Amino acid sequence: MTTSRRQFFGQAAAVSAGVALSAPAAEALANGAAPDAPGLVEVAFKVNGERQKLSLDPRVTLLDALRERLGLVGTKKGCDRGQCGACTVHVDDRRVLSCLTLTATLQGKEVTTIEGIAHGDELHPVQRAFIDHDGFQCGFCTSGQIMSAVKVVEEREVRTDDQIREAMSGNICRCGAYPNILEAIKQAKES
Amino acid sequence: MRAFDFATASTVSDALKLARPGSAFLAGGTTLVDLMKLDVMTPDRVIDVNALPLKGIKLRDGALHIGAMERMGDVAAHPVVTSVHPMISRALLLSASGQLRNMASIGGNLMQRTRCDYFRDVTSACNKRLPGSGCPALTGINRGHAILGTSDSCVATHASDVAVAFVALEAQVVLRSSDGDRTVPLEDFYRLPGSTPERENVLGPGELITEVVVPTLSWARHSTYLKIRDRQSYEFALTSVAAAISLKRGVVQDVRLAAGGVGTKPWRLRAVEEALKGGVAMERTFSDAVESAVDGARPLAHNAFKPSLLKRSIVRALLDAAGVR
Ligand SMILES: Cc1cc2nc3c(=O)[nH]c(=O)nc-3n(C[C@H](O)[C@H](O)[C@H](O)COP(=O)(O)OP(=O)(O)OC[C@H]3O[C@@H](n4cnc5c(N)ncnc54)[C@H](O)[C@@H]3O)c2cc1C
Ligand code: SF4
Ligand code: FES
Ligand code: FES
Repeated sequence: MTTSRRQFFGQAAAVSAGVALSAPAAEALANGAAPDAPGLVEVAFKVNGERQKLSLDPRVTLLDALRERLGLVGTKKGCDRGQCGACTVHVDDRRVLSCLTLTATLQGKEVTTIEGIAHGDELHPVQRAFIDHDGFQCGFCTSGQIMSAVKVVEEREVRTDDQIREAMSGNICRCGAYPNILEAIKQAKES
Repeated sequence: MRAFDFATASTVSDALKLARPGSAFLAGGTTLVDLMKLDVMTPDRVIDVNALPLKGIKLRDGALHIGAMERMGDVAAHPVVTSVHPMISRALLLSASGQLRNMASIGGNLMQRTRCDYFRDVTSACNKRLPGSGCPALTGINRGHAILGTSDSCVATHASDVAVAFVALEAQVVLRSSDGDRTVPLEDFYRLPGSTPERENVLGPGELITEVVVPTLSWARHSTYLKIRDRQSYEFALTSVAAAISLKRGVVQDVRLAAGGVGTKPWRLRAVEEALKGGVAMERTFSDAVESAVDGARPLAHNAFKPSLLKRSIVRALLDAAGVR
C-alpha cells in the first residue's frame, strides 16, 4: 500500500486531533466503544451528492471534516475565523463559511464543495471564466472565490461592477486578483 | 475549543428543557463558534436551535414580526421588509458578508458579542470576559471603542448594525422561558456596562429570543442607514446612523435617530430628535440640532475623532432621509 503525502498528513492530523478530544470522547475511543458513545455525534449528510456518515467530536467544523476526514482539500483554511471566505462551500444550495459551521449541525443536509461543481470533465462556467481571465495568482483564495461567485452569478439583482464587488466582499484575495475576478464573474454572468 | 455535549432541539420547549447554567444556544454559529475557538465562550453544552420553528416575516396588527431564526440575508431581501422598513434591510445588507448573512440569525445578531480585541484575547485582562481583571482598552488601543455610555469598567461598543435600526424604530423583542413569554423594548434589553460589563442584556439564563416586533411607521420610507467604516464592505462600523424623518411642507414633523459604533449599546438620540422637531428641513437646522448628540461623550486617546464623525454622519443621514440634498 502506498501512502500519499496528503494521506500521511491527514492521518497525522487525525492522531494529533485525538489529543484534543473531550475526556468522555477519548475514553470512548480507547475502549473501542460504539460511535454513539458519549462525546461523539453521528452525522449523516451528503457531500457532492455522495452519502457520508461520520462519527465525530461535536467540535469538528465542516472545514476540518472535509479536509481531514473526507480528503476534500480543495476547500481552504485561511483565517478559521469567518474573516476571509477561503472556506466557502454551499450547504443546501447557499454559500456559507465552513470554518464557522459545526459538522454536527448538518444532519440530512447537502454540502457542495469546489470538487463537486464541474460536470465530469467539463468545468463549471465560473471555473472556466476564472481560467479565461486569470482570476488568481497564488490560488489560495480561489476555491472560496469560485464557490461564492457561483451563487453571485445566480443573483439576478447583482448586475453592476460595484454590485458584484459588494456581493463578493466576503472573499479576500491577498494577491489582489480582484480586477480579474470581477471580469471572470461578468463573463460567467453573460453566459 | 473546550469540550461540550451537543444536543439538537426541535421544539422551543425542548430547547428550554435542554438549557441549563453553562449551556449555549447555537444558531448560525458565526459568533458562538468563533468565540468557542478562542476559548472566550466555553459552554459545556451546545443546543442546536436551527430546527426551531421560529421563522416567518409577517405584518400583523400594525407591526412587522420577524422570527428569531430568520437569517440576516433572508430578512434583508424580504419584500415586506424592503417595503415597510427599508432601513432594516439596508442595515442588514451593510453587515458582514453574503456568506455570513446566509448563516447568521436575527436572534443571534442581537446577541453578538463586542469586537473589542482584548475581549477576544484570553491572554489579556478584560472585565467583560473575566470580571474584576481590569480594562486594558481604557489606556490601550481604543480607536474602535465607544464614547457614549461607557464606564471605568468597560468602553466596548455593541457591534450589531441591525440593532441600531431596530432601536430607532422602537422594536421589541419577545423572550420565552419556562415562566412564559415577555416582551421587552430592544433599547431596554441592553444594559449599560456600569460596574458589571459582563451582564450585557436582560436575557435570563436559558431564555430564548423568539421574535422581533417592529411597529410600522407610515413615514418609514423616508429613512436610511448610514455606515462609516475603514473599508467599504465586510467591516464593522466606526460610526453608523439610522434615521427616519417625517416632513410636512419642508418642516420636520417627527424623526427617529439612533447611532452605532459609538455607544456601549445601540444609541437612541432622543435629544437630537427633540431639537429637530418643528425645524425647517435643511442642512443648517440639522447641524445645529446634532450638537446634543455628544452630550456626556467621553472620547478616548485614539477615538477623539468620533464626536465630530458622529455629528457629521447624523447630518448626512438626515439629508439623505429627507431627500433635501
Ligand atoms: C467576519 C465577521 C464580520 C461581521 N460583520 C458584522 C457587521 O458588519 N455587522 C453586524 O451587525 N454583525 C456583523 N457580524 C456579526 C454577525 O452578524 C453575528 O455573528 C451574527 O449575527 C450572530 O448570529 P448567529 O445566528 O450566527 O449567532 P450564534 O453565533 O449562533 O449565537 C450568538 C449568541 O447568541 C445566542 N443566541 C443565538 N440565538 C439565540 C436566541 N434565539 N435566543 C437567545 N440567544 C440566542 C447564542 O447562544 C450565542 O451566545 C460579523 C461577524 C463576523 C464573523
Ligand atoms: S472595553 Fe470592555 S470588552 Fe474591551 S477590554 Fe475593556 S472590559 Fe473588556
Ligand atoms: S477560513 Fe473560513 S472565513 Fe477564513
Ligand atoms: S490568488 Fe492569492 S490570495 Fe487570491
